[in-house]
Amino acid sequence: MDESGNLFAQQESNRRRSFWLVTGFIFFFAWVGFGGDIAWYLMTSGPAGGETRAQPLGPLHSPHTVPFIGIVATLLAGAICWYSWNKGADRILWSTGAREIFEASNDQEQRLINVVEEMAIAAGVPRPRIFVVPDPDPNAFATGIEPGKACIAVTEGLLARLNREELQAVVAHEMAHVRNFDTRLMTLLAAMVGAIALMSDGMGRILRYGNVSGRGGGGEGGKGKGNPLAIVILVLWLLTLIIAPIISRLLAMAVSRKREYLADATGAQFTRNPLALASALQHLDEAAQPTRTITQGAAHLCIVDPSGSQLSAHEGWLGDVFSSHPPLRLRIARLRGMGYQLAKQAGQLPAES
Amino acid sequence: MGIVLLVGIVVVALWFVGAYNKLISLKNQVANAWKQIDVQLKRRHDLIPNLVNAVKGAMDFEKSTLEAVIAARNKAVSAAGSGVAQVAQAEGQLTQALGRLFALSENYPQLKATANIQQLQEELTSTENKVGFARQLYNDVATSYNTAQQQFPTNLVAGVAKAAPAELWQIEDAGDRAVPNVDLKMS
Repeated sequence: MDESGNLFAQQESNRRRSFWLVTGFIFFFAWVGFGGDIAWYLMTSGPAGGETRAQPLGPLHSPHTVPFIGIVATLLAGAICWYSWNKGADRILWSTGAREIFEASNDQEQRLINVVEEMAIAAGVPRPRIFVVPDPDPNAFATGIEPGKACIAVTEGLLARLNREELQAVVAHEMAHVRNFDTRLMTLLAAMVGAIALMSDGMGRILRYGNVSGRGGGGEGGKGKGNPLAIVILVLWLLTLIIAPIISRLLAMAVSRKREYLADATGAQFTRNPLALASALQHLDEAAQPTRTITQGAAHLCIVDPSGSQLSAHEGWLGDVFSSHPPLRLRIARLRGMGYQLAKQAGQLPAES
Repeated sequence: MGIVLLVGIVVVALWFVGAYNKLISLKNQVANAWKQIDVQLKRRHDLIPNLVNAVKGAMDFEKSTLEAVIAARNKAVSAAGSGVAQVAQAEGQLTQALGRLFALSENYPQLKATANIQQLQEELTSTENKVGFARQLYNDVATSYNTAQQQFPTNLVAGVAKAAPAELWQIEDAGDRAVPNVDLKMS
């Protein structure tokens, strides 16, 4: 279906997929957070609740009703998220050395301002702030957690290389990110990924040092025997913790790729000209230098991967799962499919002989 | 049994509120999009006298065409604020008049040597694009609104929400579909 759907069908399909991916991610996060609590609770609520033991009651022996681990994980993710939502955009813009455009100082900038205003109208959002990044490599990104606070930045290389139509298509793609609240979503996911990494690291340390000091090993064994389910859950949870950082990153990258496809299709809806974006992406593909001013942290906000990574050029499984952007060739193919559908609707295709 | 009925009523009531609010939201989006068109049309109307002044010196012999453009522009200004169909028609005629003017400007090479012609070209392109996109947004939003009114089960709420189908900005005449090609470049 994917290459041949029209731009509305593609939007729906991508929205649906990213919804399920995000739901899966949230469940995964819940498991990482609360799985340990469940195991702990099951272990400490066994029949031999610790009263008959000679050892003094400690935190590992009393019934565990408050899910500390889950709460800590959620608060951690919440704190990271809050910080990123409020300070993230400014930091990213500052780190790239972008300068804001208020008045055009030359024709190129005037053209950029006009194009951004046109796309803001087409998208039905207020005009975002406009920035130019002094980098000769062509790239563009958008930040801002909601349309009223959005910022769009393009590099000088992009302004020099693309014509008006292609510039319009790239700006439309970025406006689509803004209107679909992609920055908000990706920042939330990045916060969860960060929290999981921290938890995995933290738990790893606790367990290692816990074993060394022999944390009530005898007491644990006696109670735990009565509850095999608790042991199973505990083991599963520990395994999850080990691979959680990788899995969470994979999930986040998968969502990022779907949102990129969605932004392509939504941008095409704004311009009604998917072939212009296909042509722009082709130019960007040809100029495959890394964009040094944009760091990895902001990679998912850009139109093409700023690391100039050959990873995203491969269409194999490894390239697919670790890259924040889909392979350029697939994006161009889908856009051409949309263009074909539009031409067919408008009756512009030559008659079949 | 009583609990089930109560829960059922609450669910239906919540759905009703949600559908009503959705229709109201779409109605307001349509009105907003229409105002956006008004803003862009006004920009276009304001820009036309500048255009005519810029080319008047060189195109002295084309008085009738220039006057036709000004007349169409004035007609469009007076049509502003009336219904979708009247505005669409007046703007369509203005587009046609502009198209004739640009076609004629090809015969005046000295026009291309006039100062500020590049900036004017960019302004005009941008203005025509903005009118076009505002129209497109309006049509998109109006279509969503109409679709929501017709789809089941939201159509049950449409009467209560006083939802009326919004008129789309149709392009009546094939000639209007041709966007004026603004090319005042040196080539």
